[in-house]
Amino acid sequence: MKGNPVLLKEMRQRFRTFKTPLIISMYLLITGGLCLSYIYMRWRNMPGYYQPGMSRELFITFSMIQLALIAFVVPGLTSGSISAEREKQTLNVLLVTRLKPLGIVLGKMISSCSFMVIILLATLPLYNIIILYGGFSPGQLAGVFIFYLVTLIAFGSVGMACSAFFKKTGASVVVSYIIVLTIMAGTILLGAFIYEVTRVPGPGSSPTPLISQILQDLNPPMVMLRILGETGMARSLGLPYWGVYTIFYLLLSVLLVWWSARQLRPGGGKGMTWRQ
Amino acid sequence: MISISEMTKRFGRTTALDGMSLEVEKGAVFGLIGPNGAGKTTVMSILATLQLPDGGRATISGRDVTSDIEEVRGLVGYMPDFFGVYDGLKVYEYLDFFASAYHLPEKGRDRLIGGLLELVNLGDKEDFYVDLLSRGMKQRLALARCLVHDPEVLILDEPASGLDPRARAEMKEIIRHLGKMGKTVLISSHILPELGEICDQVAIMENGRVVVSGPVEEVTAAGGGSRVIVVEVAGRAGELALMLEERPHTGLVEADGRQVKFFYRGSREDQGALLKEIIDGGHIVIQYHEVRRNLEEAFMAVTGEVNGK
Repeated sequence: MKGNPVLLKEMRQRFRTFKTPLIISMYLLITGGLCLSYIYMRWRNMPGYYQPGMSRELFITFSMIQLALIAFVVPGLTSGSISAEREKQTLNVLLVTRLKPLGIVLGKMISSCSFMVIILLATLPLYNIIILYGGFSPGQLAGVFIFYLVTLIAFGSVGMACSAFFKKTGASVVVSYIIVLTIMAGTILLGAFIYEVTRVPGPGSSPTPLISQILQDLNPPMVMLRILGETGMARSLGLPYWGVYTIFYLLLSVLLVWWSARQLRPGGGKGMTWRQ
Repeated sequence: MISISEMTKRFGRTTALDGMSLEVEKGAVFGLIGPNGAGKTTVMSILATLQLPDGGRATISGRDVTSDIEEVRGLVGYMPDFFGVYDGLKVYEYLDFFASAYHLPEKGRDRLIGGLLELVNLGDKEDFYVDLLSRGMKQRLALARCLVHDPEVLILDEPASGLDPRARAEMKEIIRHLGKMGKTVLISSHILPELGEICDQVAIMENGRVVVSGPVEEVTAAGGGSRVIVVEVAGRAGELALMLEERPHTGLVEADGRQVKFFYRGSREDQGALLKEIIDGGHIVIQYHEVRRNLEEAFMAVTGEVNGK
């Protein structure tokens, strides 16, 4: 953190106020309450007996809620990080320093995403409650958290790119959410549509088109379900689904972060034509 | 120190800089004057490496502002015309952040920041949140920020904008002090009398070009070729003003009591003939003389001429 002044400053600004611990506490209180209520209700229906399958059900539901939270919160956190500086007229004084645009973008992205990372890490004890009753392995839990991290980086970089490109935070936020919604729902819908269109009518199953397989592998909820042991459309790709997902989204993130940094160079993007 | 040659910059169909050239000597406090849209802010942001010109060249201490960006940023302290401050940061932290952004070593930062805060009269505000400071204090803090890496050149775009008279006077004193410290200061302001007091040299810009530049005395005395003439008459000053407005080479005629002041662009001989005409018109002339213009009058004369008024 010492090596990146923007990161240090952003962390200081973000975590200094009472707001951040309050939000985290509230979130833990609500999610913890929901988990315990679920377990209690299940236990009450069948006293002295708790099925591991129920625990698994809770694990899947809770993991999906966290994924939805990432999709909802991360673009909101990052999509205003540069455009808001532009609006508050603090960006120019930052750009004339010796900081590299890439350092500025990374500092802002890491600090924005760190809030979500803290929330996710804070929920680990809740997963431990579920683990106590069995139904899933610690390996799956690790897989879910790695998946969260990849998804968080991808959505964060989408927000950063929009923030660097658009002058106004409003436009940046709207476009970020449209892109994230497309990733969350559009990929699977398009994959299913292509599958239906190319399917051979008649009895028996048709092979899944390659594009549908790829789109399925790029859809976060589908990948999450697969990590949790659910099955999706048949696939013939050599690379495992998690490999396709991780490679694609990490590459996309690198490209978007690099492109965001380019926008901050003199004459590098719309953001610099601030006199127009 | 600062050299700008044939610089052009366009934003769509608007030409912000149209072959602008300018030289600023080392250690000078140089004022850039011009109406809104003359291109002052554009040239300043190009010098600060925030924008790239479409044509021409600019150097600071021999370093090209388009290719030696890193070096130029180390040489320049830039204060834009509008700027915000970070919420939730204290004055000390704000300057400490910029010190680290300029890669200054942590050792000695305490002393540096303390010295800068003393220089801008904010020594007792170290632990105040920046967003809670008054406008004048924020401007002074921004000036301290510009100085954090000890730049050779300061580019100050309207540093006194929006300040009350007291805060303006304080800002003026600080800039004067910086000039004495040997900093090269390029400053723009719309408060021209104050600029005349601070600057050694000025340039008047209009339509993206420098119309006239040089030491303040030269610009006010000779800029644009027109002169300011004051006529004091025993009476009927209003009538004389109306008469003068209709004569060739005159402009910006103002009557005040028994005095009539106007700009004159004719030859010396024509100026004499005009006096004869006034006397022949039945006016009793008490005084007829040329006055030394202030910067505001020079600016009005020069920009008036450029626009054909």
